[in-house]
Amino acid sequence: MSRYVLRRFVLMILSLWVIVTATFLLMNAVPGGPFTSVKLTPLVEKQLERKYGLDKPKWQQYITLLKNLCRFDLGLSIRERGRSVNDIIRNTFPVSALLGVEALVFAVTVGLTLGIIASLHRGKALDYTAIIIAIVGVSIPNFVVASVLQYVAGYKLNLLPIARWESFKHTILPAFALGLGTLATMTRMMRSSMLEVLSQDYIRTAKAKGLSSAQIVWRHGVRNAILPIVTILGPLIASITTGTLVIERMFGIPGLGKYFVESIYNRDYPMIMGTTVFYSALLLFMTFVVDIAYGLIDPRIRIARGKGD
Amino acid sequence: MFGYDPKPEDFAPLTFDEKASDAITRPPIGYWQDVWVRFRKNKLAITGLAVLTVLIVMAVIGPIISPWDYRECDYGHFNEFVSSRHWFGTDYLGRDMFTRLWHGTRISLFIGVTAALIDLVIGVMWGGVAGYFGGIVDDIMMRIVDILYGIPYLLAVILLLVVMEPGLTSIIIAMSLTGWVGMARLVRGQVLQLKEMEYVLAARSIGASPRKIIIRHLIPNTMGVVLVSLTSSIPGAIFGEAFLSFIGLGVPMPQASLGTLANEGYQVLRAYPQNMIIPAVVMSLLILSFNFVGDGLRDALDPRLRQ
Repeated sequence: MSRYVLRRFVLMILSLWVIVTATFLLMNAVPGGPFTSVKLTPLVEKQLERKYGLDKPKWQQYITLLKNLCRFDLGLSIRERGRSVNDIIRNTFPVSALLGVEALVFAVTVGLTLGIIASLHRGKALDYTAIIIAIVGVSIPNFVVASVLQYVAGYKLNLLPIARWESFKHTILPAFALGLGTLATMTRMMRSSMLEVLSQDYIRTAKAKGLSSAQIVWRHGVRNAILPIVTILGPLIASITTGTLVIERMFGIPGLGKYFVESIYNRDYPMIMGTTVFYSALLLFMTFVVDIAYGLIDPRIRIARGKGD
Repeated sequence: MFGYDPKPEDFAPLTFDEKASDAITRPPIGYWQDVWVRFRKNKLAITGLAVLTVLIVMAVIGPIISPWDYRECDYGHFNEFVSSRHWFGTDYLGRDMFTRLWHGTRISLFIGVTAALIDLVIGVMWGGVAGYFGGIVDDIMMRIVDILYGIPYLLAVILLLVVMEPGLTSIIIAMSLTGWVGMARLVRGQVLQLKEMEYVLAARSIGASPRKIIIRHLIPNTMGVVLVSLTSSIPGAIFGEAFLSFIGLGVPMPQASLGTLANEGYQVLRAYPQNMIIPAVVMSLLILSFNFVGDGLRDALDPRLRQ
């Protein structure tokens, strides 16, 4: 197991290194420096370049970048004068994280419940309803969901606020729009996983022992069916994180996603780079944790890995 | 010695009736015909296929049958509602929405299909070679895949697009650069199973080269799984392009994709909701029908998976 963890850890670091290096190369491939858009005298430009260390050879800049990243220093934003990328992330990420966690909790609880209900009523109206929710939910892009919600629930019916980030009420629409796709995936996976588990021999044994159906469903069904679901949590967290970019912009939420999109519009390269590295590290770490957790909770995997590696 | 005494009658020719009893009365059904028979029974999948066909046909003929060009501004007719002059109304520059919608569908489909096909070619080759040779080759190739697999897909695409010239080609390149790893993993897994099959051994024993075995025997047999994965990666790419348009990295003006149309429509959502709703509905239908077809295909290819 520890060998497996180590291996995954090394892979994670390598992935991150590839991202950092690619980012560095790409940013250097852009014609013109970060100060070309502003009209500056050559002397001032020189001084600025010296300040940000851009006058050094490329390989030295690369080493400095790696060193800084090891100290979790992501550099300065050019657009937001005098603010470091760390600073911006510190201020805005908690908002994004709150939104993301809310969406995830909503998606997981409702999605799992729908999936279980569907599997227990296989082939009946409830099952079809859940399947339709699942397929439609996967097929509608989150920004479409968001705009329909804003138009209907916010603008026409005036039920909920459609912008800003003040109270819990403000979080409902964005979290719903962000979570719907994940909810749909959850429903679908949980339904098929439950159906698979419910057809196992040990379920028949449990029935033959005379256990109540609630006990069969919870102790033997759900607990086993939920295991494969854990593996898709990584990709789902990634899709929610990228979803925040769009949703935050649409709902005017002052999160990291909104800043990131703005930095793309402004071509604020250090900010783009810092944020990309931050997001990548976050997602890689999440996937790492999810994979390790999967090994820990499923004894079959734990044993197989112990033998295999 | 086998407890059997050959008798002269055993060597007599069969009568006509005895021969006929062995004949196969129904025409033999090939693998893909069998798949089609099962696919046809799936109502959702057939509906999906029908909707998809309609959308593709419209994407092809829509801009042709419309009297307007997708770039053309009809001055004095801005943000108009559905009328006989403009079948789906006009946008904020007076451009015909019907033409732009189907032109956008074309672009979205083109991006989706091309990106998915490039992923397919690279992924199948990479996975096929890694899986067939195994050992150190497999190790090195799959470690590369593992490292790339960890990189968040859309972030990598954003990063590339920020630097590249905006345009269709850039979007497709950016999407394929990281998109193929999933396919490579899938194909490798399949090939690992398939290469233990007897027909591969047979091919090897008659001296077929690895290249021939991979191309003639292994890859064709992975096509089922690959096809299913394709039906989910095409809508994935369409979805991805729409997402990029929404954060300002989509196809540049005056081109339109479903994503840029939805984005432009979103800016005027409160006043002219139809400009957002129509492209959004078409995009959702497109992704939905791909998903139905994909599900149907998966069930048809492997009836054991059906639930």
